[in-house]
Amino acid sequence: MGSVTATSPRLVTPMSIAPSAAPRLRVDSVSLQYKTPSGGTFTALEKVSFEVPDQQFAVLVGPSGCGKSSLLYLTAGLAEPTSGDIYVGGQLVDGPGADRGMVFQSYTLFPWLTVRKNIEFGLKRRGIAAAERRETVDYYLNEVGLLKFADNYSKQLSGGMMQRVAIARALANDPQILLMDEPFGALDSQTRLQMQQLLLKVWENTKKTVLFVTHDIDEAILLGDRIFVMGARPGRIKEVLDVPIGRPRNLDMVMDPGFIRMKREIFHLLHDGPQDHQAG
Amino acid sequence: MSKRNSWLNRCLTPKTGLPIQVIWSASGLAWVLLIGMWALLSYGGVVPAMFLPTPGAVLEAALRLSRDGTLGPHVWASVEVVMVGFIISSLVAVPIGLLMGSFRVVQAFLEPLVNFIRYLPVTSFVPLFILWIGIGLEQRVSVIIFGVFFQQLVMIADVSKGVSKDLVNASYTLGSNRMDAVLHVIAPASLPGVLDTLRVTMGWAWTYLVVAELVAASSGLGYLSLKAMRGFQVDVIFLAIAVIGLLGLVTDQLFRLLRLKVAAWAQ
Repeated sequence: MGSVTATSPRLVTPMSIAPSAAPRLRVDSVSLQYKTPSGGTFTALEKVSFEVPDQQFAVLVGPSGCGKSSLLYLTAGLAEPTSGDIYVGGQLVDGPGADRGMVFQSYTLFPWLTVRKNIEFGLKRRGIAAAERRETVDYYLNEVGLLKFADNYSKQLSGGMMQRVAIARALANDPQILLMDEPFGALDSQTRLQMQQLLLKVWENTKKTVLFVTHDIDEAILLGDRIFVMGARPGRIKEVLDVPIGRPRNLDMVMDPGFIRMKREIFHLLHDGPQDHQAG
Repeated sequence: MSKRNSWLNRCLTPKTGLPIQVIWSASGLAWVLLIGMWALLSYGGVVPAMFLPTPGAVLEAALRLSRDGTLGPHVWASVEVVMVGFIISSLVAVPIGLLMGSFRVVQAFLEPLVNFIRYLPVTSFVPLFILWIGIGLEQRVSVIIFGVFFQQLVMIADVSKGVSKDLVNASYTLGSNRMDAVLHVIAPASLPGVLDTLRVTMGWAWTYLVVAELVAASSGLGYLSLKAMRGFQVDVIFLAIAVIGLLGLVTDQLFRLLRLKVAAWAQ
């Protein structure tokens, strides 16, 4: 254990070395508060704690304003918690780094670079030699089915293709954990299904630890091993559910009785009880 | 349907593309109208030749000054001053502008000062520059730099400020440090906007050049037309204006091509 390279290619500079006993991600009593323009404080997250073990696909699902995206930004080191700590691979998160790859909801390909150069970006920053870069890029381009588009610019790609490149770009760094912030939220429903299928396949091949944010219950169950159902005001984890569906998975499973039972359970968790405000 | 698609109908519909022939015809028509009106007023004797030369007279002046070798050095003198002033200004304004748009503290430091200077009329500084620097090339270059630099700074700062924070964040999660983010994300993302800024301010550089040359110079197109005014050579004044216009048109097209070449990804 402790290595995710079993089915990955011969990967450059393994960054995923961690003691197998420690969880890959540990969020320890994390709170996040903002000052509002009117002078009050808004509690985006209140004492949130959870762990994600190595090679698990964890999903944060919840209404708008429950702080699920904030949790990703905190884990990425792009924001700082008001209190509490986050550990990735046993290391305290203190600022962003290549060991935590992220796929954003908005399209973040660098439009002045080709697909290949986009995926190479992180490898270049880390001083990886050209031949190794080429090999790694080719592997992940193949994974996301875009080898033929290596020399295209992002203006020539569809939204789904851009997100596939973004996934390949994040994975090429061989991060400890892959953070995904509603990566398919801006796509049409057909493309979305294709992307979910692709991500399932890529995950089978890489077994990368993932923290995935979505507000789509189907997506959460289809992709996740474990689902953290969140509530808003203040942002917190309401319930932790393990998905009772085996792998490998495919899109048909949304019709399984187990799937539907789970969907009903999460639906009631999100919509019953003291009503969370869905706006904002 | 055929009626809706007729070119006349398309001409009258907002935000509708047109066949290339129609576009070229419209562009050509503007020139035909301008020169036609000019010919009518001058050849028709509506305006005395002392004030408005005929197109033929301007062409003759062009040939005359080219043959006796006076036009070339004047054109070159102007181009030299514009290029030197514009290049110096741009070389400094682009990096500082990028920093101004990227770092709030640089913006806070420079912005009030720059906005103050930006609104001072350049022409009011010409006497001061003559006093300080004399009437040589440096004086005219200074006028251009003073006229262009602060505008470039503000426009380029705006361009780099507009670079999406998500792009910068994405680069951090890929292992960029802050220096990488400025050099490898903000700078290339700003390139198309920077080239647009340079293209626009190049036109202003020509304006300030002529201002400087009219006041104190012994060569250049502004000087040529000032000298022509003293000798009532209105055809030469027109020639100088036409040459400046043509040079502007050429540099503008060069910038357009440069943008197509180095920032094709943004088209």
